[in-house]
Parts: sequence; C-alpha cells; structure tokens
Amino acid sequence: MADTTAPVSPAGDEPPLTAAPVEDRPLLQVENVVKHFPIKRGIFFKRQIGSVQAVEGVSLEVCRGETLGLVGETGCGKSTLARCITRLHPLTSGRVIFDGVDISRLSARQLRTHRRRMQMIFQDPFGSLNPRRRVGSIIGDPLAIHGVADGGERKRQVQELMEVVGLNPEHYNRFPSEFSGGQRQRIGVARALALRPSLIVCDEPVSALDVSVQAQIINLLEDLQGEFNLTYVFIAHDLAVVEHVSDRVAVMYLGKIVEMGGTAELFGSPRHPYTAALLSASMVADPDKARSSHRVVLYGDVPSPINPPSGCRFHTRCPKAQPICSVEEPPLRVQAGDAAGHVTACHFPVVPGEQLVGTAPAISAAATAFAAASPEIGEEDRA
Amino acid sequence: MSLLSVRDLTVSFPTSDGVVRAVRGLSFDVEAGQTLGIVGETGSGKSVSALSLLGLNPGADISGSAVFEGTELLALHQDQLRRVRGAEIAMIFQDPLSSLHPYYRVGWQICEAIRTHRRTSREEAMRQAVELLRMVSIPQPERRVFAFPHELSGGMRQRAMIAMALALRPKLLIADEPTTALDATVQAQLMELLGGMQRELGMAMIVITHDLGLVATVADTVLVMYAGRGAERADYRTIFHSPHHPYTRGLLASIPGAAGSGGRLVPIVGQPPSLIRTPSGCAFHPRCPFAMDVCVRDQPPFVPVSGGEGHLSACWLPPDAVGVDAAADAARQRYVDGRRGPAIARLRAAASGARAGGGVAHG
Repeated sequence: MADTTAPVSPAGDEPPLTAAPVEDRPLLQVENVVKHFPIKRGIFFKRQIGSVQAVEGVSLEVCRGETLGLVGETGCGKSTLARCITRLHPLTSGRVIFDGVDISRLSARQLRTHRRRMQMIFQDPFGSLNPRRRVGSIIGDPLAIHGVADGGERKRQVQELMEVVGLNPEHYNRFPSEFSGGQRQRIGVARALALRPSLIVCDEPVSALDVSVQAQIINLLEDLQGEFNLTYVFIAHDLAVVEHVSDRVAVMYLGKIVEMGGTAELFGSPRHPYTAALLSASMVADPDKARSSHRVVLYGDVPSPINPPSGCRFHTRCPKAQPICSVEEPPLRVQAGDAAGHVTACHFPVVPGEQLVGTAPAISAAATAFAAASPEIGEEDRA
Repeated sequence: MSLLSVRDLTVSFPTSDGVVRAVRGLSFDVEAGQTLGIVGETGSGKSVSALSLLGLNPGADISGSAVFEGTELLALHQDQLRRVRGAEIAMIFQDPLSSLHPYYRVGWQICEAIRTHRRTSREEAMRQAVELLRMVSIPQPERRVFAFPHELSGGMRQRAMIAMALALRPKLLIADEPTTALDATVQAQLMELLGGMQRELGMAMIVITHDLGLVATVADTVLVMYAGRGAERADYRTIFHSPHHPYTRGLLASIPGAAGSGGRLVPIVGQPPSLIRTPSGCAFHPRCPFAMDVCVRDQPPFVPVSGGEGHLSACWLPPDAVGVDAAADAARQRYVDGRRGPAIARLRAAASGARAGGGVAHG
C-alpha cells in the first residue's frame, strides 16, 4: 500500500543523538509522531480525498525497565502508535528514537539490526500464530531470520524459551491448534523473547483470555521483566489491568495523548475530563466501589478521525467544555499542583474532588412515556 | 413464585469427538424485576443454558425443567416458543453486527419484531420503531430507522438491539455478554440505559458475562458457573466479600482491582476443563488448591452455606469456610490438611511428573 510518508532518506549509521550516558537515556523516545492513512477514490487515477488521522503528534519517552501503559478506546490510535514505534507502519512525520538511534527513517536493511531489540506481542493468540507450522519453528523463527542459531543449537534455545514461559518443551513439535488460548499467548511471549529484546510492545496481550488465565500471563510478563530487564509498552483497554502492570500511563483520545503521568497519580486524581470519565466508566469487580462511585457517563460516540473536531478533540463530548475549547487546542503541560511528570492537555482540568456532570439527553422521559403507554391494540393475538 | 425457575437443566451436543456435555445439571431462579448475573469462563455453559431455554440450540439433547410463569418452556413446540420469544422473553447478543441482519434497515427489523407478535399496521409499527430508537437515545431517530446496521457505530447498533428487544415489553430480558465488544464509556452508557428501562418496565434480567466488574455493578444475585454446573450462588455482596467456592475465591484473586485481590495476582493454575471428558467428582478439583480425596471421587451437592440468605455452593469444604482474606484461606487449609489421601497424592504425582518429564527432555 502506498503511503503519504516522505521518501526514506538513507540515514547511514548515525551516531547516537544524545551525549548523555547510556544508562540515563530513555530507551525509547517518540517525538511528534504523526500517522495518516490516505483515503483514495477512483480507478485509474487514485486521488487522495482525505486521510484518517490515526496518530496526530504524539511524544513520549519510556525509560529502561519501565512499563508504560497506553489506554484509550477503539480507534484512538493506540495500536497504530504501537506499530509506528516498532516501524511496522512507516511514519507520516516525526521521529522514533530507540536507544539513541533515530529508527524512523532507516531502510529495511538498516532497521533489521534494531528490530532484534524490539519485539511485539499481539492480542489474538489465534490469529498471530501460523496454524500450519509447528510451535518449535514458530518460536525459532526470529533465531533463524537473524542468524543467531541453527540446528541443534536453535532447538536447544527454543526449548529453553518454552521452559521460561511455562510451556512443556516436549511440545516442541506440536501445532498451535493443540494449545489453549493461554498457552498460545505463552508461545507468542516466547517468540518475542527469543532475541533477548530490550523493548516489548504488548498490544492487548491478555484481552482475548479468560480471567483465570489472564492472571497467569500478567504474572509471567512481570516475572520476565525482572529477569531479563525488559521495558514494556503495554496497550490494553482494561483499565484495571493497566493500573496493575504500569509504572506510568498515557491516555489517548482520537490520536492524541490527553493525559500522561505516574499510574497512582493518574488513577488517583485524573485531571483530564476524558480520563475521569474513562476511569469512572470502567466497572471494577468490587460491588461497594462499583455502586457507590459517581459515574460520569459520556454521551454520543467518538467523532471520526477523518474529520476530527477543531480545538480540543474532546470538546464535543466534554462535560466541562467552554467556547475556547472548540477554537484553541490545549497544550500537554503540567497543571498547577501536579507532579513534574504528570501532564494534561486541557484548558479546564478537573480539580481533585470535583464531580463531573454529564449532559444527559432526556433518556428517562422517553422511557417513562414508553412504559406508561397502554399496550397497543392487538394484545388479544397472544396465545 | 419465581418468574423463571430452572431445575436440573442438562444440555449435551453429540459430536464426532464424543458427547460435549455443555450444561450438566443447572438450577437457578429469576425473580420478577430482579437481575441475575451468570458469570463463567469460556465453555462454562452460561450461554448454552440461556439459548436452550428459548429453543435456540438445534441439535442439542436437552433435559430438565424450565418453568416460566407456569409454562414449561422445554416442552413447547417451536411455534409455541415463537410466541414466547421476543414477546415474553427477549434476548440481546454480544455482537450486534452479526445479530442484526445486514440486508435490512434497522427500522424494518424492529417493525418485523413488532408485527410478528402484534396486529399492527406498517405505519403504526414504524412510528413505534422511531419512538423506540428515541427511547434508547439514538439521535435523529426519524432518520436512523432507515439506516443499515453497518451505518451505525457499535454502541448505536447495540442500542438498536436493545430497542428491538424491548419493543414488546418482555417480562424477562436475557443479555448475553451485552457490552463485551464495546468500549468502557459506551458500556457505561448502555448499562445505565438498560438499568433505567428495567426500572420503568419492571422487567427481570439475566446478564451473562465473564466480566466480574459488570456483575458487581448490575446484578442483584450472582450465579458462578464452572464446567456446566452452578458452582456458587449468592447476592452480589456475598459473592465478592464472602465467597465459599474456591473457584469464586480464585477468580477474585486473579483479577486486578477486585475486592479480594491485592499486590501480586494469584492465578488459578491450569486450564478450563474439557467438556467431553470432564474431571471426576468436582470438575474443579484438578485446579483447586483445597482439593481433598472426596473431591476427586464425588460430585458435591449445591447446598446452602453460611455466607447469608440464599447462599448456595457446590463444594465439599465446610459451610462456614467463607471469605477472601488470609485467615479464611488458612481455615480452609486446616480443614483440608487431614483429608488428603491417596487420590490427591496421585494427582500431585501426575502433575509434577509432567513437569519433571519436560525438564529432562531439554537437558
């Protein structure tokens, strides 16, 4: 598929961009990343008639050994951002700096050496494993592609990996269909670990799993992080899972980060109205919290990323929106009273303790009328 | 008397691999105006049991009893069931895109539901469809009745499904994973809408889900299912604060942010069981940290335990072994310690043998 990306310039072996000592430098720096997907019409002369603005100027940093949670609703661009970070999508503009090297303009060949150090775990353990290949060769693929190990040595390494992720190494020759969902996700984890990466981007790694199995995988990922000093970018829509695994959390809405900060701080006192609404809408498995909490119900749907709202993209659904919100886009900045790392893009951030009130259309009036209306004629037709 | 009373329901499917025993003796009641949450993992039989009540499981062997307002549902013919379905008991499904017909406009599909059951003119049915869409807060309902399902967002489609389900004022609404495919904010909108409609119409609901958060929010009574049977039933507070069954206890410990979890998650070991070769005795025993010899041998009865009024559990632990804290677990462990014999020893040996064998192979 053609793309709107500028031609890739031969970057060569660039020297590291920053002079800071290796240990202090963030492992991953994402600078102003933009990703647009063109929309085309026509048969012979495909004209571009618009673009889906999937990611629109996202900047973030991830430190070594850290887990950054990325949350947001369907279509907010979190998966696209993940694929931009690993360069599975070329960027429209912006830079991705991985361990001091700008990988956003590298050629495929140059990229390969860096790819070894960044791996991805996908959501669907059924779709992400080739059903016609044996588990041993699936997990061994990265080793073969990068020429790390062959033959008996590869098999030995693969079986070691299987053991690390809690699979029986004797199952080396089985097919993915012989494994349950949780075990398949372990295969995906083993494959991601094969090249001893520094960064693993986990795109909804536990969403497709049953709750009892989900905890097994979360614990496995946490153990591996300690053992192999891994850095995670962890995408999930389940806020409880993100809160559990993340050191810091970034909240995305329509292609932009609206709030980012330490997990405890962001979950404890969200400053962006969208974060507050998202948190209050998530249903915690604790009846006292679930029923006592004040729920901010947002009305309407997420607007189209083809034609996003002006100003603050959230203003069309925001309970606190003022006229300025539709005109001027608020910058992502530290709000008064927040810690240095907690940034929010909002003109009117939520004050701790404030209760947001949704602008409800009159649901209950229509429902009452429906309930009160006498059952229609034709009732006698019933048996 | 309960609105719906299900007794000893069994559902099995003959397949080439053997008989899949999806539901193996399930009993529950739904009271008028109340919400029953049925929780379970994939393959626990929660959806199958609901579909069986409405005769939507062709090819299944069904036995047991399901009495709805004095009528035995399992004895009805398809054409008699058709009068019940939609009008008396309505259902909404997980995926609104595949459960709405892609060829027909949303309004047409709602009209069809109305006109199947009521003698109503086309114009009148269409007028009602518009009102129903307005009621479920779909903007510009006069235009949206002419929309095709693919023209609506996921949340709107699910609203249209709800409108269709409520069109005939059912006494019971079965919602099978109603919000699983939807985002958190949309889920909150819909559950608020459903709750409001339930109060207005005095309708009972069965909410089938794997999401304990949803159950904690909406259910009055919770039934936890495991391998086609009821594992535990209690009011929503008891289930979360003083569960009896180790499976319920295990679920709560494995969910981030749940009432009984803290710090590191404690997953349930192993995988959900096969429904063709279900484990002997209590189906949960291979995964249960408190398994005793009796659990391998005999299936525990679904009997009252001491968590509160109407608290039932199918577990051989003593009735007062309830709770989620360390003290409760210690008490369970003390009870279990003297009751483990050769059966558990064999189970342990088999499990560790599998692990050791794996280790040898690669060494």
